Formats: sequence, C-alpha cells, structure tokens
Amino acid sequence: MAIKKEVKLKFWDKIYLPAVIKGMGITISHFFKTLFTPPSKRYTIEYPDRRKEDIPEWYRGLHRLNTYPDGTLKCVACFCCATACPADAIYIEPEDLEDFDKEHPKEKAPKVFQIDLHRCIYCGFCEEACPKDAIVLTNHYEIVHTSREAGIIGIEELVKTKREGGE
Amino acid sequence: MMEGLLNPQVFMVFKVVVVFIVVLTIVAIATWAERRGAAFIQDRVGPNRVALFGKIRILGLGQPLADGLKLFFKEDLFPLHVDRVLYTIAPIISFIPATMTFAAIPFGKPFVKNGTQYFLSILPPDTNIGVLYIFALAGMGVYGIIIGGWASNNKWSILGAMRASAQVISYELAMTLAVVGVILSTGSLRLDKIIEAQTGMWNIVPQILGAIVFFTAMFAETNRLPFDFAEGESEIIGYHTEYMSMKFSMFFLAEYANMITASGFFVVLYLGGWHFPYLDSTVAGSIIAFVIKLLFVLWTFIWIRWTLPRFRYDQLMRLGWKYLLPLSLINLVIVALFYAYGG
Ligand code: SF4
Ligand code: SF4
Repeated sequence: MAIKKEVKLKFWDKIYLPAVIKGMGITISHFFKTLFTPPSKRYTIEYPDRRKEDIPEWYRGLHRLNTYPDGTLKCVACFCCATACPADAIYIEPEDLEDFDKEHPKEKAPKVFQIDLHRCIYCGFCEEACPKDAIVLTNHYEIVHTSREAGIIGIEELVKTKREGGE
Repeated sequence: MMEGLLNPQVFMVFKVVVVFIVVLTIVAIATWAERRGAAFIQDRVGPNRVALFGKIRILGLGQPLADGLKLFFKEDLFPLHVDRVLYTIAPIISFIPATMTFAAIPFGKPFVKNGTQYFLSILPPDTNIGVLYIFALAGMGVYGIIIGGWASNNKWSILGAMRASAQVISYELAMTLAVVGVILSTGSLRLDKIIEAQTGMWNIVPQILGAIVFFTAMFAETNRLPFDFAEGESEIIGYHTEYMSMKFSMFFLAEYANMITASGFFVVLYLGGWHFPYLDSTVAGSIIAFVIKLLFVLWTFIWIRWTLPRFRYDQLMRLGWKYLLPLSLINLVIVALFYAYGG
C-alpha cells in the first residue's frame, strides 16, 4: 500500500528552480572541497598505498594467544572459547599436564589449538569467554591467505601475533 | 603548402574526420569527468588507478580506454528469447543519429580564403533546415531505445522502453515550441543565421523562459537524470538489460554523443554559438569559445545528475504538459509581441 505523505511546499519550492539552484550550489561546493583537498586528507584511504594508522585498540582483528613472561601458554584448554564461538572456528585438542611444581601450574593445556580464520567472524566472543585472558583479538587487520589451508593457524602462529597496542 | 591543399573538398574531409574524432574524444573524457565529478561531489575519490605502463596514473584518464577495451572484447551473446534482427539494429538506430546530429552545428566563425567561403560545420549552412534536421534526427534516437526494449523480450526492458515512449510525448512539444521562439526572433531555420542574430546579445537574456524550458527538455531528450526513466540503472530496470558488449556500448556512446549534440545545440540557440567578447575576433578563438561553452553545458549535465533525484514518469508528464508547455507558449507570445510592436 502506498503511503501518502502530505508535504507542504512553499511557493519557492513549487517553482522548482530556486531549490534546484540551491541544490546545485551544495553539490558544487562539495566538488570543489574534494578537489582542493590533497589525497592524504580525504576520507578515502587508498589502501595499498596508504594504511590506516590509528586503528583503535578495541578493533577486533587477528587473534593472539597470550603467554606468561616465562613463555608458558596462559590457556588451560577449558573450551570456553570454543563453546562460545558462534562460527565454530576454534578447534582444541587438550592434553593432561601434571606440572604443579612449575611457576604457573596447570592441569590441562592445549596440544592443538587451531583457529580457522576463514570461518571466524571476528565477533570477539572467545575473548569475552576466556577465564584466563588467554585469547585476545588484536588490531591487525591484514589477514590474507592464498589457500584455505593457510587460513587455519595453530599455536605457533597464534602466540607470535604482535600485540601492537591491543591486549 | 597548406595553402595549396586548402580547397573545399579537402576541407570537407578534414572537417568530418576532425569533428568525428573530437566528438568521440569528448565522449571518452565525459565518461571520465562524469565518474570523477560524481565522486568528488560525493566526497569520494573516483577512478584513478588505471595507469599507463603500470606507472603513470594521470588522474585515471586511462579509465575510459580500459572500459572501452573491456566492452570491445567481451563476448557478444544473443539471449535465446530475443528477436535477433531488431535486437541487432536497435543500438545502431540509437548510435547513428546520435553521431549524425552534430553535423549541423556550426562550431566556429566562417572565414574567406582565396575568394572561397569556408564555414565551420559539416553540413553546408545553406541547407536551410538546420534546426529541423537536428530535431528530426534527435527524435530518431528514442526509436532505438523502444525497439531495443521490445526486441529484448524481457518484461523489465519493455517497461523501460514504455517509459521512454511516455517521456517522448511529454517533452517534445514544449521543447519545439521553445525553439520556435528563437526561430521567430531570427527569422530563419539556419543555425548560422541564429548565431549571427546573437551578436551583441545572447538569446538567453531576452528568452530566458524559453532557455529554461529547452534546458529542462534537453535532459529528457538525452535520457539523463533527473529524467532517465528509460534506463534507471539504480532501481527501475531499463531497456538495455539484455544488452552486452559492443551493442551495449553503442547505446552508451549514443547517450554521451547525444549529450554533446544537445549541449552544442543549446549553445547555438541560447548562448550565442561561437560568440564571445574579444575571443571571437579570430577563427581559432571562435572555435575555442564554442568548445568552452559546450564543455560548460556538458558539465551542467553531470552536475545536475548528481544533484537531483529521479522524477517519476507521471511527474515528468505533469511537468511537461502543465508547466513547460505553458511557459514556452508564454515565451513565444512575448517574443511575438516584441517583434510585432517593439522591434
Ligand atoms: S572471534 Fe568469534 S568467531 Fe572468531 S574465533 Fe572468536 S568467538 Fe569464534
Ligand atoms: S577459553 Fe581461554 S583458557 Fe579456555 S580454552 Fe579458550 S583460550 Fe584456553
């Protein structure tokens, strides 16, 4: 059903022309504004030539598995993240540990911890769910692979993700 | 050496070749200007990445070239359900008149060399029918659209073609009546006479009403926004949905060629043709003056396209019959009264 909306037009709107000229003034002012703005100051960032530098800390990009200063993984293979993940992107194989005498005693640790970056929707639920602050999303946004297999990354890559502000 | 070569026949061939090349070049540049202009108006960047030899970007001026090449090398299919004959000739019917109309437009001052008069329009100005010629051929263009829509055998194409035909009947009368005012004040259908009569004062000053009507109708004539119902690329689907490759680009070229001719025609009728203070004292200067005016009108096409939203086609009919037609009649009466009692 068409909804009729009554708009009261003033005389000057009814003869179109002044309104059209006013509109043309607006568009041409935008034209000249963009024309005289140097490319480095425009809204558009032409990506491969220039990169966005000020990515906010809370940007949800590439994952990182945090470690303690001595290098042990913080992850205790509790599966909270894998359960929370709406995209089913996390695959964990746990292993039992009996290292209570170490500095950071754990009963369990992941033997395999894989994230399929092509399934991941970068929602950040894994980060929210983790009781140990072990998994975080950093603000790296250049996530490119040439095959599907390359998109599945394991512990070795995940601990190497640079922090770059995001923790 | 050049003096020896300058005879009417050689000059004619020269003119045809140069005009054809220049018009097609302006078409290419217009598509580029359209996209860059649109981008700038919307605070975007626009096409700027096509580079010569992968290095020299020249503001994306290579884009029309790349687009042309792409369209040229695309596979040219016949959809199964189309009427093959009509489907093939429709773009031709659009394209040929579009390139022919410019022939009548005088783009510079006539000059005399070795006792022969040379004039700068492809058709000799003493073919008395300059204005009629342009109207007749410009009217042809819409048949290409209607036939194309019909031959595509596609509901949406036919609807697009139907809108085009509905559009024709709403603007042509007003447009022609506006031009009658100019013909009345000149007393001739010859375009060179019309330009001559504008020495000192351009028609746009005494016939501002007619100029506005003609200018508005021009957008409908060339199928440009705000009156591009036939195409309506963004939401209502247009007549060339089923077209691809070179057939599509012919429609595309025809639209831009029509824009150039319409701009030229407007310049001749209302903006004093090649007249410009000081600049028109030489032949080259007069050509430059004409081209500058033409490019300006061409730019307003683009400018308006990115300013106004599309009309509905009943709105165009209302505009055409209830506003433009009376306005052009008023313009005609004013001109007639002026010449009967004042001039
Ligand atoms: S960001 Fe979301 S989708 Fe990606 S792994 Fe974490 S929970 Fe799964
Ligand atoms: S929620 Fe944290 S601790 Fe638990 S398995 Fe995931 S990353 Fe490891």
